[in-house]
Amino acid sequence: MTTAAIITMVLTMVIVSSFVTYFFTKMLRTPPKSEPDSFSENDEVPR
Amino acid sequence: MSSSKESWGSRVGLVLAMAGNAVGLGNFLRFPVQAVNNGGGAFIIPYLVSFLVMGIPLLWIEWSMGRFGGKHGHHSTPFILDTMDKGRFWKYFGVFGIWTNLAVAAYYCYIESWTMSYVYHSITQSFSGLTQGQVAAFFNDYVNITTSTTGIPFEAVIFYIACLVLNTWILSRGLSGGVEKTAKIGMPLLILFGIFLAIRGLTLGSSGATVEHPDANAWAGLNFLWEPQFDSLSNPSVWLAAAGQIFFTLSVGMGTIHCYAAYVKSKDDIALNAMAAGWTNEFVEVVLGSLIVIPIAAGYLGLDWVRENASFGMAFQTMPFLFQNWGPILATLAGVFWFGLLFFAGITSSLAMGTPWMGFMQDEFNVSRKKSAWSFGAVVLLLGLPTVFFYNYGVFGEYDYWAGTVSLVVFALAESIIFAWIYGIDKGWKEINSGADMKVPHIYKYIIKYVTPVFLLFVFIGSLFTPLNNEWASAMSNLFAGNGWLLDNGSIIKQIMSTGLREQIAAATDAATRANLEDQLFYISGARILLTVVFASISALVYIAYRKRVAEGRTT
Repeated sequence: MTTAAIITMVLTMVIVSSFVTYFFTKMLRTPPKSEPDSFSENDEVPR
Repeated sequence: MSSSKESWGSRVGLVLAMAGNAVGLGNFLRFPVQAVNNGGGAFIIPYLVSFLVMGIPLLWIEWSMGRFGGKHGHHSTPFILDTMDKGRFWKYFGVFGIWTNLAVAAYYCYIESWTMSYVYHSITQSFSGLTQGQVAAFFNDYVNITTSTTGIPFEAVIFYIACLVLNTWILSRGLSGGVEKTAKIGMPLLILFGIFLAIRGLTLGSSGATVEHPDANAWAGLNFLWEPQFDSLSNPSVWLAAAGQIFFTLSVGMGTIHCYAAYVKSKDDIALNAMAAGWTNEFVEVVLGSLIVIPIAAGYLGLDWVRENASFGMAFQTMPFLFQNWGPILATLAGVFWFGLLFFAGITSSLAMGTPWMGFMQDEFNVSRKKSAWSFGAVVLLLGLPTVFFYNYGVFGEYDYWAGTVSLVVFALAESIIFAWIYGIDKGWKEINSGADMKVPHIYKYIIKYVTPVFLLFVFIGSLFTPLNNEWASAMSNLFAGNGWLLDNGSIIKQIMSTGLREQIAAATDAATRANLEDQLFYISGARILLTVVFASISALVYIAYRKRVAEGRTT
């Protein structure tokens, strides 16, 4: 592989992997919002 | 109000189901082929730009439209659009959000059934000892439904029906009990299988070179895929291909995201969820998708072969043969992993295609979840059987072109205008940020209002008037020289007229070829009539539902 190809591949993969890790981690670490919600329709659903 | 009592069981489940909706067969088969055909490493630049200015905005638009509709008890696009504006016409535009899914599910389940069948054939080692030509012929025999590779008569039809029944059964279990559970099992397995095969692709090197293919080298394949060719950046067709790939990969413009998001509570985040799901799809596509098919094929067959043969069909016609180089146990394992990966990619997408129809039937006609799921299965079966029986006559391709390609662009263009200009960007921006667990960059307010619709318009017009041989520079100079604009047979206008096929018929010299092409034209016309009838029928159902709402005093 040429240096340009390796740089393009590694850079792209690192950028994409970093974003997915960041957003997924942030999503998992964010605590759920407290009830009650304003969407009355789902309130009847057993949790 | 809606009779639907569905909801997501967990946030991770929702994001995995959304990511599963986006991750499809195209991530592993279409992306690398598009990259190879459009400038290798330079393709990634227009691809990522398209993701940033078109993909991400559309994700936020669709997630927020869905949650907004859910607040009003709507779980499918006709009445979601109807709620966003007083114009009574929009709900009929929303028909695209149901029609596309029925039509795409009809042929998509067929591909999904191939993966099921090939998992079976990998376990039973059907490909052991076969030459490359025999493995390719195996696939051709399979889709020629009169030939059976297992001894089961009409094997392709049986697998198709089994696949559809499985989809319908999962859908009948509901969102949290069916779709979410499947995503929670399927997505991690898909990534695990993908990592295993990607490691093989990355480490294969030149160990697969043989006397027949002495120059075979996996890294040459990777080099071809990632070597930047910056001159291709000025070619509009590369940008169109990149934007098109973003459509397919994110499943935007279909109505599935709206439907899934309609079951999100109004206080809950959509901004971060959309990013987590969207970037997961990008990871699967760019990181895993680029490290499997092309490097493994180049590692055994050489780069020249890949250049000439890179296509969707490689998954079934070439990969099983290549796996045989790894010995019987590893070949079986690789076959199960590869086709298992494709199966999970397929089923998590096809399940999403069932939910808009189910949401519509439940909301508007008080049909139970189970009945709406089985009605989806029945409609898809009727619509899908022609793609199975007349696969070799272009019916499959016709569905894919109109429902899986053109319809997405038309609907995405319409929804971006409705959201930013008719509903209003200020209200839309508030909707995106409502309950957001991340700060949405303010620049996106302007991107959503101006850049995304213009970008979509460029994609639509570019597809409508594609110049001859995709050569934009010479088409422009011809136009300015007063020589007009010659359309390519792949443009929407020429496709409507079936110009390419008619030219082939006119040029055919022997009677058998001519008869075959005329048969193709007949079946393609039949497919178009069928698709139009389905669209008209859904529009009629939307009208009946609207009258029902008026009679019940439920109009918004």
